Amino acid sequence: MEYEPVIGLEVHAQLLTDAKIFCGCSAKFGAPPNTHTCPVCLGMPGVLPVLNRKVVEFMMKMALATHCRINGECNFARKNYFYPDLPKGYQISQYAAPPAEQGWIEVEIDGGKKRIGITRIHMEEDAGKLLHDEHNPVSYVDLNRTGVPLIEIVSEPDIRGADEAAAYLRGLHEILVYLEICDGNMEEGSFRCDANISLRPRGTEVFGTRTELKNMNSFRNVQRALEYEIKRQTYILDAGDAVIQETRLWDDTAGVTHSMRSKEEAHDYRYFPDPDLVPIVIDDAWVAAVRDTLPELPLEKRERFVREYQIPAYDAGVLTASRALADYYEEVVRLSGQPKIASNWVMGDVLRFLNEDKREIRACPIAPAALAEMILLIQDGTISGKMAKEVSEAMYRTGKAPRAIIEEKGLIQITDEAALAGTISEIIGKNPAQAAQYRAGKEKVFGFFVGQVMKATGGKASPQVINDLLKKMLAGVG
Amino acid sequence: MELCRLTIHELQDKLRAGQTTSAEITASVFRRIDAVEGEVRAYITLMKESALGEAARADAAILRGEMKALTGIPIALKDIFCTKGVRTTCGSRILHNFIPPYDGTVVEKLRAAGAVITGKTNMDEFAMGSSTENSFFGVTRNPWDLMRIPGGSSGGSAAAVAADECIASLGSDTGGSIRQPAALCGVVGLKPTYGRVSRYGLVAFASSLDQIGPFTKDVEDCAIMMNVIAGYDPRESTSVPEDVPDYRAFLGRGIEGWRVGIPKEYFIDGIDPEVEAAIREAIRVVERAGAKCIEVSLPHTDYCVAVYYIVAPAEASSNLARYDGVKYGFRSEDNRDLIDMYKKTRSAGFGEEVKRRIMIGTYALSSGYYDAYYRKASQVRSLIKQDFDQVFAGCDCILTPTSPTPAFKIGEKTDDPMQMYLSDIFTISANLAGIPGISVPCGYTNGGLPIGVQFLAGHFQEGRLLQIASAYERQTGIEKRRPAL
Repeated sequence: MEYEPVIGLEVHAQLLTDAKIFCGCSAKFGAPPNTHTCPVCLGMPGVLPVLNRKVVEFMMKMALATHCRINGECNFARKNYFYPDLPKGYQISQYAAPPAEQGWIEVEIDGGKKRIGITRIHMEEDAGKLLHDEHNPVSYVDLNRTGVPLIEIVSEPDIRGADEAAAYLRGLHEILVYLEICDGNMEEGSFRCDANISLRPRGTEVFGTRTELKNMNSFRNVQRALEYEIKRQTYILDAGDAVIQETRLWDDTAGVTHSMRSKEEAHDYRYFPDPDLVPIVIDDAWVAAVRDTLPELPLEKRERFVREYQIPAYDAGVLTASRALADYYEEVVRLSGQPKIASNWVMGDVLRFLNEDKREIRACPIAPAALAEMILLIQDGTISGKMAKEVSEAMYRTGKAPRAIIEEKGLIQITDEAALAGTISEIIGKNPAQAAQYRAGKEKVFGFFVGQVMKATGGKASPQVINDLLKKMLAGVG
Repeated sequence: MELCRLTIHELQDKLRAGQTTSAEITASVFRRIDAVEGEVRAYITLMKESALGEAARADAAILRGEMKALTGIPIALKDIFCTKGVRTTCGSRILHNFIPPYDGTVVEKLRAAGAVITGKTNMDEFAMGSSTENSFFGVTRNPWDLMRIPGGSSGGSAAAVAADECIASLGSDTGGSIRQPAALCGVVGLKPTYGRVSRYGLVAFASSLDQIGPFTKDVEDCAIMMNVIAGYDPRESTSVPEDVPDYRAFLGRGIEGWRVGIPKEYFIDGIDPEVEAAIREAIRVVERAGAKCIEVSLPHTDYCVAVYYIVAPAEASSNLARYDGVKYGFRSEDNRDLIDMYKKTRSAGFGEEVKRRIMIGTYALSSGYYDAYYRKASQVRSLIKQDFDQVFAGCDCILTPTSPTPAFKIGEKTDDPMQMYLSDIFTISANLAGIPGISVPCGYTNGGLPIGVQFLAGHFQEGRLLQIASAYERQTGIEKRRPAL
């Protein structure tokens, strides 16, 4: 039978606030174990949480960017379970009354656009990390991550395939990074995803039994795990068996999912409102103030680039992949007035250099102003496109301004017709046989003459001027 | 008279006049501890060495003319307050070796006010109990009758004040744990409004009910202590940024023309006749002081104990989850795996009553029962609050017995949790409603056991409570007795 997958995703995004959600400790990644801790995030007896309001603002940014309704009041709840990385024995999360719900994002799938619903967004604290000794039966716990703020973004079961799931995730990821509220680093765990998936016969409405997939730490793994799970469930259903509701772990190496715990073994988290925290009231003024800080989002920016700069949708997609890249491009356009040429240079040489060095656009040694200046130097004929290749490479390596490089390398293009005419007539005189061939209609020989002129001028002659003069002079002699 | 017998304000007069020193007062207190502690057993941890150091520093400060609100006064702390570098057990095996890395807010405030900390007092484990019998460190005895309990859970703090083993002390009150032992030990005990005194550094039992307050020898000392500990704390989200008045200003103002509510639901069957007689007499004293006593009704009173024994255990089941043997405190030996370690640690680390309440609370919050228990209890709690709001619209304060009985015998109720729970029948409502309450001595039984009267007032009306308590204290004329230790 043909089945339709029904997929919903839960994304946990670590927020880039300076401090943790309920204490003043640094939320930065990568410090030595247990150095970003205090009695509060260590869950010492007697400590109390105090909410970092920045976390609420970051949550609101994501809620607004994903068209969610923001509720005027919400509260924190305790999610109770035992684990050594959870020092209080409960995670402070949100349950009955989420701060934001009923949103959506638009993703591009097979050239078309699709809206994927967002059920809710809520705030919570991250847990710590266990480190297992490879040689001894000992585990250590690092509580630096404990209390780092997270938002959980729960999608509607609107996703109909592994590729759609990946597109949705990329969409969310891009928005979070654009908002500068999450660094989006999946390897370090700042962007994590769990998936719920079930199958149903195509054309039917009722949901099948779902499994929950965990432990997928890249877009590719989410896609692979879902593809595997679709096959696995199809096989079960085709055999006339029932899918078991359970949590399954993705095994990246083996490329399969394993059962982790069944529905019966599922935790009863005993959620209840956290009595140590007061309800969070979000009024319209606060929402409006946060709305004012929202940047242009990726999709809007993409559409504007196509409209405003008349560049292909593909180019717009590449150039808006990050806010910093888009800003870079726009600055080059502003200073050069050449959107299409700027796009070619940014997408071409600049991104190639950066990719080779695995560098971020922010760290690009070529300032937008320098690139714009170089484009203008091409435009006014000072250098040729070919010279520009050399110039841009040197700009990238040295960080110098294009004029300095041009001077250093003596790259000024020779456009003086009188000077070039002498050289050309000399070359024609030295190669009568070729000149005769050209005149006899063998136009290929023209390239030979261009090459000779370039050689004679050390590549500095303007190709345009050479072309015009050669044509004229070759014809003129005859 | 021995210095340890005096009140804070009496000692301050002497210190100010240069008639004594903190070193002498502190030495007197520790001599008294040496003499009676073997019988009373009020303390879990004594801090003599640091106390003597603090006393010396206090005397130096006094010489410099820097006398603060509690400079040089020996104060005991219930062992539920985190004290930096000093073991804080909460009366439990699971924290028997726990040394906090920080001072709680009230401890900081006491230190900043110049207090001398004498030690950490005994308590029911995690403040769960009404007799101080549920302590891993043994039973504290009532200084008035060593065969009897001092009340609880702050029994050590109450007994220490009654036995002059400190000048004043701090306790915590989740369902009556300050007021009930104060009544049973014949001292003054105040539970402030929820949010009035910071809970930061108070080991949590039931977060929405816990509140910190003083035990003192008289009402004036209670006001002095409140001036030090009350106030907003940015480290607590439920702390209220309400102005703190000078509580001493309410003393001696009189209660002429006050309307005092007598809730009919608080005079029930099962109340000890001698207690009832003492309370009826207290009503007459209040009227003699110029107040008018009127009968009022708190119709949801019957539900208080039931609501309390859902809400408090539910919160406790979550608050006590952190004691898992992973990070600090007791950890069992020979564990097969993680789950085994949790089970063994918590089975051996907690006492019976704590385990009982963790189980009740876990059940009340579990999926499928939440609505029937926790949610319903929270709803009834709102009704209980409304009862008080309505009554306080028509009167200045409420007068009730503090405890239905005087101190009972050690072991008398340990096998019957329900009977034990009823010890708090008159005090629980104030915690559920978040309002302040004070217990003041109001007489003795024929057997010589102290009895307490409780005054309750609206939110942040501690001043009013101190006003009526001080008026009552002046008017009552009951003889000042001391336990015959």
